[in-house]
Amino acid sequence: MTKTHVTATVNGDPVEFLADPRETLLDCLRDHLGLTGSKEGCGTGDCGACSVLLDDVLVCSCLVLGVEAQGARVETVEGMAQGGTLHPLQRKFIEHAALQCGFCTPGILVAAKALLDRNPDPTESEVRFGLAGNLCRCTGYDKIVRAVLDAAAEMRGAQ
Amino acid sequence: MNYHRPTSFEQASAIAAAAAGVTRFLAGGTDVLVQLRAGTVTPDDLIDLKHIPGVKEIAPTAEGGWRIGVAVSGADLGRHAGLCADWPGVVEGMRLVGSIQVQGRATLAGNLCNGSAAADSVPGLVAAAARVSVVGPQGRRELAVEDIPAGPGRTVLAPGELIAAIILPARGARGGDAYLRFIPRTEMDIAVVGAAVNLRLDGDRVAEARVALGAVAPRILLVPEAADAILGTPLDASALSALAAAATAAARPITDRRGTAEFRREVVGVLVCRAARIAYQRAGGAAT
Ligand SMILES: Cc1cc2nc3c(=O)[nH]c(=O)nc-3n(C[C@H](O)[C@H](O)[C@H](O)COP(=O)(O)OP(=O)(O)OC[C@H]3O[C@@H](n4cnc5c(N)ncnc54)[C@H](O)[C@@H]3O)c2cc1C
Ligand code: FES
Ligand code: FES
Repeated sequence: MTKTHVTATVNGDPVEFLADPRETLLDCLRDHLGLTGSKEGCGTGDCGACSVLLDDVLVCSCLVLGVEAQGARVETVEGMAQGGTLHPLQRKFIEHAALQCGFCTPGILVAAKALLDRNPDPTESEVRFGLAGNLCRCTGYDKIVRAVLDAAAEMRGAQ
Repeated sequence: MNYHRPTSFEQASAIAAAAAGVTRFLAGGTDVLVQLRAGTVTPDDLIDLKHIPGVKEIAPTAEGGWRIGVAVSGADLGRHAGLCADWPGVVEGMRLVGSIQVQGRATLAGNLCNGSAAADSVPGLVAAAARVSVVGPQGRRELAVEDIPAGPGRTVLAPGELIAAIILPARGARGGDAYLRFIPRTEMDIAVVGAAVNLRLDGDRVAEARVALGAVAPRILLVPEAADAILGTPLDASALSALAAAATAAARPITDRRGTAEFRREVVGVLVCRAARIAYQRAGGAAT
């Protein structure tokens, strides 16, 4: 199987990797670039644990081929903290104990950030709807929703 | 698997026509990748359509309708004010597909060509009398959307043929459309039944109508008898019960874990009436 040379920008850094055309973007992030934050929960687009931004669009990286990322900008959970400073969403997830096993957390953080970028002042239903593509088997969602609403409030205050 | 990235439809068609094994076109990939991962379909040649110029555009046609590119996502449709104003039923059907993540990728042409009888965007397109522009080794042709599915997972497209755009007619005055589906949850599920109604009013009477039903037969149905049931009426109680009866009579559902055939026949009658009422109001009619 011939591999394809792919160049892309991941979290602002230029990267290159060799991808088997059957490999997903998620496989490439994890196995070729060592970015293991994004998780594979299902591999079928149902759980959202693999959520990343591809050219500013929230996608399941398990439903994108690595070769499709040629020339694209990819943002993952690893790009959320600035240096040693956590993103407000990350801080609020810790404060509200919005995670237990943490497997869903990277995807939820990326999806929540995309939601707040579009809508800085969401209602509770808008948060629940915006995160409907992200499954969590542990928390029952309530703490996640509270953490996102609290982070949104703090981020609005900071502006 | 060979991954191709053509820059014209003619080139995409030529690659597909020359391919000997399993071929798939790649639009949003939300069906193709699931099937690839599950091992149900491993294409020998995968032809990515997203690098053909114009495929991400929604453009007005000379006739006053819309031409939708084959890489336009559900989210793109939802953001397009003109299209949402003209064809809310088409847009709401596509917007039901998957989550925000899936909406960022999934396309109308992919939903149509995947060939599911439960495809949520297809009843709305059929009711709207949408057409598709097809490119193939023999050149271009235009087909009605309802003529594309051939049965579960199959289309009438010949080897080397692909859809280059979806074309919606001019909305015109006093028209409205709507799509509703029944699922046991509130989102992220496959339609147990789907119903789309598109109509035009003359005064308070229905002057033109098209009714399409999903998930009640091996392919999505255009049901002229259901449209006839409301023609010339102000969508009153007797018209609605005739509409429900016609939809139930046209349904040929199966029993599966999502619902029994009996349940589907009943629900299709209820949904089609609700969709007709919404379409009627969107066309400017009073609430019925
Ligand atoms: C989590 C999840 C939830 C989903 N929920 C729903 C739902 O609620 N309702 C629903 O209807 N579907 C649902 N789907 C299925 C899927 O998202 C839709 O069918 C989607 O519209 C497919 O579009 P795509 O662009 O991703 O297609 P792709 O996967 O790119 O292609 C699908 C098929 O169409 C063919 N094709 C694509 N473009 C063309 C073209 N231009 N010409 C000819 N053939 C073409 C391909 O060869 C392939 O066979 C869901 C999928 C996932 C993963
Ligand atoms: S791993 Fe991608 S959605 Fe579950
Ligand atoms: S914290 Fe375990 S899946 Fe969400």
